[in-house]
Amino acid sequence: MSEQDISESPDIRFVGVSKWFGDVVAVDKIDLSVERGAFFSFLGPSGCGKTTSLRLIAGFDQPTEGDVFISGTSVVGIPSHKRPVNMVFQNYALFPHMNVADNIAYGLRQRNPKPPKQEIAKRVDETLELVRLSGFGKRKSWELSGGQQQRVALARALINHPTVLLLDEPLAALDRKLRREMQMELQTLQREVGITFILVTHDQEEALSMSDRICIMREGQIIQSGSPRELYDEPVNRYVADFVGKTNFFNGKVVTANKSSISINSESCAVLVGVKSKGAPTPKIGSNACVAVRPEMISISAADEKDNHADIVIKGHVKNRIFLGEHSEYLIVTEGFGDVLVLSPKTNESNRRIFAPGDHVSISWMPEAVLVLEDT
Amino acid sequence: MLKNEDSKPNHWLTAALLMPTTMWFVFMLILPLIVILIFSFGERAAVGGYAASFTFEQYANLPSRLKAFQNTMIFAPIGTLLSLFMAYPLAYYLALRVDRRYKFILLVLVIVPFWTSLLIRTYAWIFILGGRGIPLMLEWIGIEGVRLVNTPGAVLIGIVYGYLPLMVFPIFVSLEKIDKNLLEASNDLGGTPFKTFMQITLPLSMLGVATGCMLVFILLMGEFLIPAFLGGGKVFFIGNALVDLFLQSRNWPFGSAVSVTLVVIMLITVSLYMRLTMRTKTGRDESLM
Ligand SMILES: Nc1ncnc2c1ncn2[C@@H]1O[C@H](COP(=O)(O)OP(=O)(O)OP(=O)(O)O)[C@@H](O)[C@H]1O
Ligand SMILES: [Mg+2]
Repeated sequence: MSEQDISESPDIRFVGVSKWFGDVVAVDKIDLSVERGAFFSFLGPSGCGKTTSLRLIAGFDQPTEGDVFISGTSVVGIPSHKRPVNMVFQNYALFPHMNVADNIAYGLRQRNPKPPKQEIAKRVDETLELVRLSGFGKRKSWELSGGQQQRVALARALINHPTVLLLDEPLAALDRKLRREMQMELQTLQREVGITFILVTHDQEEALSMSDRICIMREGQIIQSGSPRELYDEPVNRYVADFVGKTNFFNGKVVTANKSSISINSESCAVLVGVKSKGAPTPKIGSNACVAVRPEMISISAADEKDNHADIVIKGHVKNRIFLGEHSEYLIVTEGFGDVLVLSPKTNESNRRIFAPGDHVSISWMPEAVLVLEDT
Repeated sequence: MLKNEDSKPNHWLTAALLMPTTMWFVFMLILPLIVILIFSFGERAAVGGYAASFTFEQYANLPSRLKAFQNTMIFAPIGTLLSLFMAYPLAYYLALRVDRRYKFILLVLVIVPFWTSLLIRTYAWIFILGGRGIPLMLEWIGIEGVRLVNTPGAVLIGIVYGYLPLMVFPIFVSLEKIDKNLLEASNDLGGTPFKTFMQITLPLSMLGVATGCMLVFILLMGEFLIPAFLGGGKVFFIGNALVDLFLQSRNWPFGSAVSVTLVVIMLITVSLYMRLTMRTKTGRDESLM
């Protein structure tokens, strides 16, 4: 089958799904669709309804209203043991009274009819190999390190060849270095097994680096969903821009607005010009808006140097510099624009000079690099 | 150096803290046991009580109380099992099913009967099971001639009623301790609710089941109130034999021999039982921590 014809019915689809707990709304009228074979992430702050969304797919909770589809079939009311999805729990939830092999074999043993013993043993060995834990079958789950437990949890889900694998902050309990490694492994694994992965995380770096598509949530609603690039380059509002990557914001009122460019009167009375994200509505003149400039879009030069290309030039002095290897991150105190974060690559010809705290500098950017956003 | 300085006061503190327990242990458990052991080889004094001697006569006389031993050895395990089958569903419901808000109230309701003495509550059962209680109600709907009080069944009802909380609580605690994600994980992996119960919930609550059974069983071996009240002299336990021997016929040496035998039987059953349950779940407890 070619890519095109399998992707005709998405693996997961939410139609107007809401979930209320008493008078608290955890998920608020969500529409969503996840393509087959995608690596999809729910990203958002604590309590925004990410786990609830996963639980609705897994079948641990039923939606208060709306409809959930798996591979084109509505699954509302179908209990979790009959759904072709598997979940990796945040605390792994390995069965403490079983060894690693029995944990992994658990899903196969629930099948009706139960596969023969040798086949189960063979599949367990294969899956242990897949998660690089060969030879660990006889261990007890509490004899494993956090990263190993995580991989057992993964193996226990993957052995069933689910249509969709759900991962609820699977890496949150791991230390930074191990987390990086596991992120890479998860990505490789997903490509190998070709199963749709739905990941929940509140770590934007994790979401950006791993996913094909990200859905940004707030208070039970989806604010924006798209590819990491889209979210980074064209956030629909300030919330998304703030959540995805580092950004400098300048507030002001809209003075002129047309399809391509918008100018706002900033708090320091300077007029800033920028473009609007594709997805965002055109703001009304006089409404509050903000201008977002990514730190890497700003160039920095000595105060006396002239930069003829840039439209916007702001003077200031260096407050702090953080060395990040490839880049240097400067915090510049500007006149009238507050503190501005600038990311300056080491290799950039025009930025060869390294500035020290206290140096007077001017920073500048091109209007195309600037997004005007709804201030929400 | 530093270690020595540190450990000396600790040593004294430990001893001081352990003192009350040790004293209690020695004076209330070890000494009485020794006394009873000595008595059991003695003779009954003419006026009752103990007369020093060394004879195996009392032990030779044990078969005369065979019925009491038999009753105890039959009713204690059956009563324990009945309590278990009554208590498990209740504990399960309280731990896993009931809304968090009502959990506490329902738990309190399980203990409330304990606020009245067992004596009074057992009296109440005499009335409930007696001629003007359930049998009368059965007559109203046309079932006549049912006798409940003074039957083995009445004794079992009394036992289950009296010991239920002792069984409910350990099981409740072990069920409550189970991570709810484990049950969801089992469902998620295709386990039906029944299979999830058999493969996850039940094995993980075995420690509570074992504890509850042990508590109820040991206490039942020494029970005398319930058989005396609800068995009407037809069903008597070793406990009743002891009351009779020590308080009525004042045959202390024979009473002591019966007691020693009871203790030995208990030690054997309990250690066998421990060996059995420990083998099936070595190490599991660590993982539950
Ligand atoms: N069983 C429940 N009963 C009542 N309220 C609940 C329940 N589960 C979730 N909620 C509420 O629903 C909202 C969303 O919860 P959810 O667990 O989905 O958040 P989350 O995005 O996963 O957060 P986190 O990143 O902290 O895990 C929260 O306000 C939470 O308090
Ligand atoms: Mg969560």
